[in-house]
Amino acid sequence: MRERSSVDIAAGEALLAVENVSLSFGGVRAINDVSFDIRKGEIRAIIGPNGAGKTSMLNVINGFYHPQAGRITFKGTTRRAMRPHAAAAGGIARTFQNVALFKSMTTLDNIMAGRTLRMHRNFFWQLFRYGPAMAEEVVHRRRAEEIIDFLEIQHIRRVPVGKLPYGLQKRVELGRALAMEPELLLLDEPMAGMNLEEKEDMSRFILNMNNHYGTTIALIEHDMGVVMDLSDRVVVLDYGRKIADGTPEVVKKNQAVIDAYLGIAH
Amino acid sequence: MLLYKIFVDPFVQMGASPDLLIQTLWEGLVAGMLYALIALGFVLIFKASGVFNFAQGIMVVFGALTLVGLYDMLTHIGVSMPVAAAFIALGLTIVVMFFLAYGVEKIVLRPLINQPDIILFMATFGLTYFLIGMGELVFGGNPKIMISDQLYLPKGSIDLKIFGGLVSLQKIDIAAAIIASIMVAGLAIFFSKTRIGRALRAVADSHKAALAVGISLEQIWVIVWFASGLVALVTGIMWGARSEVSFALQVIALRALPVLILGGFTSIPGAIVGGLIIGIGEKLGEFYWGPLIGSGIESWLAYFIALVFLLFRPQGLFGEKIIERV
Amino acid sequence: MLYREAGQFKTSYASDQAVFPILQDRIGVIVILLIVFFVIPYFSNEFILQAVMIPFLIYALAAIGLNLLTGYTGLLSLGTGAFMGVGAYACYKLSTLYPDVHILVWIVASGFVAAAIGVFFGLPSLRIKGFYLAIATLAAQFFLQWCFVRIPWLVNYNVSNAIEVPTRTLGGIAVTGPNASPQTRYLIVLSIVVVMTWLASNLVRGRIGRMWMAVRDMDIAAELMGIRLLTTKLLAFAVSSFYCGVAGAMMVFLWYGGAEADTFNINQSFFVLFMVIIGGLGSLLGSYLGAALIFILPILLRFVPPQIGLTIHSATVEHLTFVIVGALIIFFLIVEPHGLARLWQIAKQKLRVWPYPY
Repeated sequence: MRERSSVDIAAGEALLAVENVSLSFGGVRAINDVSFDIRKGEIRAIIGPNGAGKTSMLNVINGFYHPQAGRITFKGTTRRAMRPHAAAAGGIARTFQNVALFKSMTTLDNIMAGRTLRMHRNFFWQLFRYGPAMAEEVVHRRRAEEIIDFLEIQHIRRVPVGKLPYGLQKRVELGRALAMEPELLLLDEPMAGMNLEEKEDMSRFILNMNNHYGTTIALIEHDMGVVMDLSDRVVVLDYGRKIADGTPEVVKKNQAVIDAYLGIAH
Repeated sequence: MLLYKIFVDPFVQMGASPDLLIQTLWEGLVAGMLYALIALGFVLIFKASGVFNFAQGIMVVFGALTLVGLYDMLTHIGVSMPVAAAFIALGLTIVVMFFLAYGVEKIVLRPLINQPDIILFMATFGLTYFLIGMGELVFGGNPKIMISDQLYLPKGSIDLKIFGGLVSLQKIDIAAAIIASIMVAGLAIFFSKTRIGRALRAVADSHKAALAVGISLEQIWVIVWFASGLVALVTGIMWGARSEVSFALQVIALRALPVLILGGFTSIPGAIVGGLIIGIGEKLGEFYWGPLIGSGIESWLAYFIALVFLLFRPQGLFGEKIIERV
Repeated sequence: MLYREAGQFKTSYASDQAVFPILQDRIGVIVILLIVFFVIPYFSNEFILQAVMIPFLIYALAAIGLNLLTGYTGLLSLGTGAFMGVGAYACYKLSTLYPDVHILVWIVASGFVAAAIGVFFGLPSLRIKGFYLAIATLAAQFFLQWCFVRIPWLVNYNVSNAIEVPTRTLGGIAVTGPNASPQTRYLIVLSIVVVMTWLASNLVRGRIGRMWMAVRDMDIAAELMGIRLLTTKLLAFAVSSFYCGVAGAMMVFLWYGGAEADTFNINQSFFVLFMVIIGGLGSLLGSYLGAALIFILPILLRFVPPQIGLTIHSATVEHLTFVIVGALIIFFLIVEPHGLARLWQIAKQKLRVWPYPY
């Protein structure tokens, strides 16, 4: 899928920026005039108490929700709202809070599904399969297997993911996102429900992705230890507003952030 | 010329003979009320238990068939007075309907309660065919005549001279409309004013919360299923009295679907309004636009109306907007 | 023991992704193909071919079509009967307008006509989801059925509104019409169905099958991955209707020899849907199993009781069929929603470790 117009962003420059974005559902203001950017090559954490609007923010970046106000700039192109297909084609991939895997399909099929945008052999080759369609399938199978090796999930390759334990499901979901070879990877609470060992594994994968593949990562996370260790910069949301933005050390000491987490009345 | 024929001429015709218009509107109204009743039975169950009982339509037919069949059996075994036989049959049918409803809920719908709607939908199709086959095995497949006389249902018609023409209202239709209105009003009052009605709404909102405040789900469901069975029976009697009783009526039952779509699945006023729109819309469409396109468009008009509605308002007239969350 | 895969290693991704990666499966399929192509036509009498094998294959094809739409893509369709009808009437018109063109060409072409109509009625799937979409297909069913009755051009102005199939030949042998022998018709139907099954299996194992299943399982995630929902859904409607259209054309031309207005009614739609449900949603094998069960059942009911001395009327057969099928649907949906195909898979699993229990 050819990307419409993208500017080559250098490392350290803003890959994605949201400006003055506001989002409402009915009477509820989920996001209130929030602006921040994500620089290429960094790991950006989005944190905040429950209901702060973090997942909604990711949904806006993905194009699933369209904000009532504000703009989104991705790879040099500014839009009023993102379209899901443009986001995906531009290289944004994502995992979900509630593991949105294709439950009846196997691990391998889920990851191969992530390769869909890069598979071009049209319908008629697919009908006959043997020949160009199979050749393309093998190429992408190879890439999928690389991801499977990277995430150490070879043993569950052919298991329907609905049957997998939660921690493995999250890993498969990560694999599916990776299969898109994203430039920007959005992770929505990737560590939720994991024990210490699983968290360490997941952190390792995230760091490897960032170092090895150069993937820019934005993650929503509640575990402060993870956030402090992994991220380069942090943005803090509370009640839909941005209350802090900076490196982990700076944010940690920010009084407004401490108040928000301790539940001091506003 | 074509545009004139579609958009102007039918209305001209309507104005030209208002008596015909009233006649058509009346017939649409009656049909609409009966559709609404079918939808109502469905809404009752859905509100209380969240279960999609698409077999409601076929229960209407089954109810009518059972009534007539039992009446035949009773007269055959020697119950001499037709009226007595009729009302005994009626009582027995109510019992049968109750057990049928209860059985369906326990055997078919309860086990499927956590499955996606599509599965429930398909299960009730299976149930529909099961009941059709069963009914035909037990009662025989020939069309039957509803025992209107024995039940003291009115016959004949009232002829009104309006607008220089003649409007003929079948008395049975009037009776049907009145009975339907009473049922609907009764149910509405029941829901909003009585203790059980409130409990029902609580259950519809959240099973867990209702349990937490001590409402017995079983009891509620039994009441609801009984009510919907009763509604189905009354509907079946009315429909059967106006035409014949056979499983061809099942096609009418399918038409409850567009009604539900228009009215939303959880709203009693919605079921009524939906039913009226479909009923009147069908009759008007058939009578005034039918000659243009071809007769018999009644068979699909309801679905097209529902389809158009869905395109603009996927949640129906009265339903709640669904916000998808990821 | 019989079914052990030990020792069967795959050394390339291509061989790993073959249709029947296990050797025993491959042998089984070849044996079945040999039987159906060579043994059955030679040894069966006319009755078995005409009343059992030909319609079974045709319904299996329609079931595959519906399965692609409802089982793989998750779009419930109640319009199968109508789409089959579209194929049948299209084939009839094309064949009577241009009698010199090969009948097989027209059978395939009528599939395309059905596909176009299917796409049209699938357009609402952009806005409407889940079982609400069933309404659109119901509208299609009743509207198209009305068309079959109300458009005299379709039946070449035949007064009785029925169509009769003209004789068409293939290489000098009559394949349709009163002169065509059951063997000929059987072989043609068989060939078409086998080829189309193979094509369908190719589709579902590749990129397109994955797209369909993704849309079925979680369309939001699929969309955010770049899968275009509308084109995927419309493609499902197109392919599914194509299959149903071809099945319908074959039903009229190679089985019944004619059709009436009521042939493609809502009961037809429900029956194919039941085949898909019982056989297994999302399984091509399931389409065959479901078609076999639902189709063979009334035949068994009709012919077995007389063998053991009971008389049974044909009307009773129909009623009993409804009862049993209805009960089976409910049973399968509650107990094994993946139908006979899953039961078959479980049996194969048992076979793998047989004679050990696990």
